[in-house]
Amino acid sequence: MDFTFNEQEEAFRKEVEDFINNELPADWVEKNTYWPAGYGTLAQFEELSPQVEQFTRRLAEKGWLAISWPKEYGGAGLSHTEQAIFHERMSYYRAPAGEVATLIGGPTVMLFGSEEMKKEWLPKIARGEIRFWLAYSEPNAGSDLSSIQTRAIEDGDDLIINGQKIWGTAAHVSHYAWMAVRTDPMAPPHKGISLVIVDNTSPGVTIRPLMNICGFHSFNEVFFDNVRVPKRNVIGEMNKGWYYLMVALDFERLVIPIGSFRRTFEEIVQYARETKHNGQVLSRQLLIRNKLVNIAIQIEIAYMFFWRTAWMLDRGLVPNIEASLLKLFTTELSQKLANTGMQVMGHYGQLESTSKWSSLQGRVCLGYLDCISALVGAGTSEIQRNIIAMRGLGLPPK
Amino acid sequence: MDLGLSEEQEMLKKSARDFLQRECPKKLVRQLDESDEGYSSELWRKMAELGWMGLAFPEEYGGSGRNFLDLAILLEEMGYNIVPGPFFSTVVLGGLTILTAGNEEQKMRFLPKIARGEMILSLALTEPTASYDAASVNTKAIARNGEYVIKGTKLFVLNANVADYILCVARTRKTKDPEDGITVFLVDARSPGLKCTLLKTLARDKQCEVVFDDVTVLEKSIVGKRDEGWPIVKAILQKAAVAKCAEMVGGAQAALDRAVNYAKERVQFGRPIGSFQAIQHYCANMAMDVGGSRFVTYKAAWRVSEDLPAALDAAIAKAWVSEAYGRVALSAHQIFGAIGFTMDHDIHLYYRQAKAAEIIFGGADFHRAIVARELGL
Repeated sequence: MDFTFNEQEEAFRKEVEDFINNELPADWVEKNTYWPAGYGTLAQFEELSPQVEQFTRRLAEKGWLAISWPKEYGGAGLSHTEQAIFHERMSYYRAPAGEVATLIGGPTVMLFGSEEMKKEWLPKIARGEIRFWLAYSEPNAGSDLSSIQTRAIEDGDDLIINGQKIWGTAAHVSHYAWMAVRTDPMAPPHKGISLVIVDNTSPGVTIRPLMNICGFHSFNEVFFDNVRVPKRNVIGEMNKGWYYLMVALDFERLVIPIGSFRRTFEEIVQYARETKHNGQVLSRQLLIRNKLVNIAIQIEIAYMFFWRTAWMLDRGLVPNIEASLLKLFTTELSQKLANTGMQVMGHYGQLESTSKWSSLQGRVCLGYLDCISALVGAGTSEIQRNIIAMRGLGLPPK
Repeated sequence: MDLGLSEEQEMLKKSARDFLQRECPKKLVRQLDESDEGYSSELWRKMAELGWMGLAFPEEYGGSGRNFLDLAILLEEMGYNIVPGPFFSTVVLGGLTILTAGNEEQKMRFLPKIARGEMILSLALTEPTASYDAASVNTKAIARNGEYVIKGTKLFVLNANVADYILCVARTRKTKDPEDGITVFLVDARSPGLKCTLLKTLARDKQCEVVFDDVTVLEKSIVGKRDEGWPIVKAILQKAAVAKCAEMVGGAQAALDRAVNYAKERVQFGRPIGSFQAIQHYCANMAMDVGGSRFVTYKAAWRVSEDLPAALDAAIAKAWVSEAYGRVALSAHQIFGAIGFTMDHDIHLYYRQAKAAEIIFGGADFHRAIVARELGL
């Protein structure tokens, strides 16, 4: 065993660090209110200021938008461990480091798409020219995703789509829907689903904002009214979408914003060091110390899950239980971190960033709300536990 | 980074698992728990033949020249199976201490014998105050005619009842600094004035009260230097905490495996109880605790092994794993229901082990305080 980075990994880590220091707008880390594993403020990443747009372009130039892709498709062709190092550093600085197209759509196209499809989509994605949003959930298909009803009917070379999607994160600032549709209503639920890429500007697409409890427009509900999509936008084979979707979920495994946990924790610790209560700094008070240490320990454990998952992927091992544990453990930690932040800050924790009295840019106030989403998105905590129990431990479904 | 076991380590793990399953069935565990000695000399001999006692000693002292991480992996398997006996006290508390702090003569005298399974050691550190700070060391060792006379009471001393030698932590000088003036002695357990009484404990491990009533030892039995023993004790405690974590990880894994197997077989309402989400979610939480515990433990063990500063990682591991094992064992009990509450069932053995392991070498709060200090809070 060796818990240190090797020379190459160390050098790469430094390269990423230098890149961030040079390219990320100076005030970005402070201004960005991203809460670890939260969804509530994600749209900040997509609503790109010119400076951040520039940052994303520079990422693309280095091939880092598609960091794990082979070089022939415009990626950097790096190992999973290097990818993990990259995401750790980027998330530590709350930097935008990819979205649905680069992290989920692209890798899935690479595995299952036709040559023609790869040529059409991958370079554009790797260059950061197009962004996808995830069109999976529907009003009646949340955790039970295979029950989606949005229908796609074949019509010559096209599909005609009718239905409604919901929780489309950043759909309003993306270009295409990465979408699951029902193409065979007679088949068992998970055998009649196809994956297709749909242009947001197609006639019949209506995007309506959903304001989340953080006060951000991150989510959307999107209506599809006789939307015509060329069949060549279907990923792989028709009706095999569920299988692709399961594989696509694997690509999200290392996209845990692990560094942001450490960053936010450090900021809360700093606050505790600088803030006096009853004549003593908070960080010297036993109960506060205990709460902070509990978080510190769990961040260390989260990191271990993270590195271990990357290590397994690099060796061609399937991080079955480890990956689900990583998602479950980190999202629950997101909530604990918010609670601890609130407990440390007390009255000041409730102040939004706009108040002259606020501390830490009001991020704990926002995070206290945002952390709710971490345990719901991308498979609720309950679904994660089901997966761990059934797929990981082999417990029976019935 | 390399976060996997080497081929050698995998082999060690597997052979230990197989050997213990065969040679240390729960029937024997129970017998030993009931007995006064608390270990089987036959099993002890076989373990020595496999080279376990000397695993982490250099070859020149009769060991196999492997490292602390390897020892941790072995301990994980011992925790998985539960192996009553003085292995931990002899090898981790005694052997490693002599190896790192002893002089050449002591090493030559003790280590090969330990490796051959011919000597049992124990560490007499804690006293009736039951804490791990230097100020709690009140047992006195007074110099007299080139000898030392030890007087005091040690409590919660592991396996002293069968020990040949006891490492006794005593105060040889009292100054303002409690860490100053502590000396570690190697005491023959048959010395006149030394009285050992077995304590009845939750885990039926063999913890003892050891009274030193004017026990005389020679100057050459000092380990390290006179009055400068506290750093030695601190180093023992750090290694012991990590080694105990390894044992706990194994125990937690065993409790999880047993509970999962039972949940697959036990039928209620016409279906295996493992198909109910309530049970599934218990199991998922247990898996999360086991997985989380394992790698913080390995990291700490690796740092100890590599001689890197390990105070923070050791404390993180002991703070977390102590409570995690307890949660896992308790959930296992819940899954086993009434049958787990019977003496005949095995799961309570793990529940008991979990508590004993949590307490020894400092519980979760104790180690969280260290983490706070290490983080500079």
